[in-house]
Amino acid sequence: MTVADHPSYFSTRRIGAMVLRYFFLLRGSIPRIIELAYWPTMQMLIWGFMSQFLYEHSEWFVRAGGILIAAVLLWDVMFRSNIGVSISFLEEMWSRNLGQLFASPLRPYEWAMSLLAISAIRTLIGIVPAALLAIPLYHYSVFEMGLPLIAFFVNLLIFGAAVGLAVSGLVLRCGLGAESLAWAVIFAVAPLSGIYYPIATLPDWLQPVAYALPSAHVFEGMRAAAMEGVFLVDRFVWSVGLNVVYLLLGLSAFLFAFRVARHRGQLLQMGE
Amino acid sequence: MADMAIKVEKLVKRFGEIVAVNELSFDVRRGEICALLGGNGAGKTTTISMLLGLLIPSTGKIEILGADMLRDRYRVLSMINFSSPYVDLPKRLTSRENLMVYSRLYGIRNPKERVAGLAKDLDIDRLLDRPLGELSSGQKTRVSLAKSLLNEPDLLLLDEPTASLDPETADWVRTYLKNFQQDRGATILLASHNMSEVERLCDDVVMMKEGSIVDRASPADLLTKYGRANLEDVFLDIARGRQNAEDSEVGITA
Repeated sequence: MTVADHPSYFSTRRIGAMVLRYFFLLRGSIPRIIELAYWPTMQMLIWGFMSQFLYEHSEWFVRAGGILIAAVLLWDVMFRSNIGVSISFLEEMWSRNLGQLFASPLRPYEWAMSLLAISAIRTLIGIVPAALLAIPLYHYSVFEMGLPLIAFFVNLLIFGAAVGLAVSGLVLRCGLGAESLAWAVIFAVAPLSGIYYPIATLPDWLQPVAYALPSAHVFEGMRAAAMEGVFLVDRFVWSVGLNVVYLLLGLSAFLFAFRVARHRGQLLQMGE
Repeated sequence: MADMAIKVEKLVKRFGEIVAVNELSFDVRRGEICALLGGNGAGKTTTISMLLGLLIPSTGKIEILGADMLRDRYRVLSMINFSSPYVDLPKRLTSRENLMVYSRLYGIRNPKERVAGLAKDLDIDRLLDRPLGELSSGQKTRVSLAKSLLNEPDLLLLDEPTASLDPETADWVRTYLKNFQQDRGATILLASHNMSEVERLCDDVVMMKEGSIVDRASPADLLTKYGRANLEDVFLDIARGRQNAEDSEVGITA
């Protein structure tokens, strides 16, 4: 073998190898696969029955049939995407595998891309069964939203993953003592995202903060789609633009933490 | 093609106030087997980590197979590999899954055939479909060794390659490594506490203490210089600050 004058800066093969690594991990544990679908299904059941109750007692809910189910499923997209990135990242730390990985030609941003990919797969495994189950149980299909649903899904997936990357960077920086952040941080944005209520419900001073989050635009857009059957293009453009910013910030935080870890020798030391 | 597989110049690594590696300079010729010897905390693992690019030096230069590791590590990472009992592979994956993932990371063509071939060579075929976490430490060492040979590296860095192996398996591994080095013309740098292993395998020994090189020669020359019958005694002499045969005599009689 000779020295490569032009090593590949981006390799789908290496990203595929890492996705394969996480796929093997999932495949090897049926309880893990069941768990992926378990929590979204439980959430959907609770909010589905709550919707039925409110449907019978509230005029607003009669107009907004199924909106709570759509909200809970889309919130779970963001949440699952977030922990999909964080958990896959933590798997490497728990298994003390970082030294092996980064002595190979794998580049840190390829790893980040593989985390995004596996997070999307995990999210689909988790959400699709719950969404399908809502159809016979509550006569509500989130898929009826059509193309806007794809726009909402992708935006929330990216935002959750961006937060996951930033949190992973934080855990890499602070060590496994900070691993609970992997579950906690996303909940900090939940109240501001207007998942179950319009952003107008928030105090005036808090609304600009909420609109700095892509998720707030997505959930406003979702309500408009569900209640009025319209797709708010401006909300979509805002969410995409903000997502680009958040993804770049998340990736930068992750790569910065990785560089610091190489200075401190943490790639070989991190582990349980 | 550069003659030197490894060229290290004035390498320093500080962790706050602690100097783990201090002004380290050495080189290893292509096709040579070189040992880094030293007690705990001598800086061997820190040095290997910097050679792999896992750790960024405070100052100094590292050239691997002609590439500057601080600027161009990705030019050569596919040509080097390493094994250490202190850096794990994922335990929940089977040995086969681990080797398949790393085959793809290293860009191996026909990974299935490569994994099967190595498994046969290293006698781990029957372990391939068992989760790594269920294997004994000796079996894990062999799987880790298989991972380190997947890309038929030009440079192999080994940290304690026969740790946790029974004497017979350890001997078999040494023979395998020696044959691999001869067949491939590969360069091997190994850190070891096993002096007989170093005597048997290595052309060159770099003795380290407190982050610096205190001596360097072939095993035979070290034995002559310190007037000892084996490297273990040489190691003890150096650890205790004796510099040569005369000092060693004083050490014996004192």
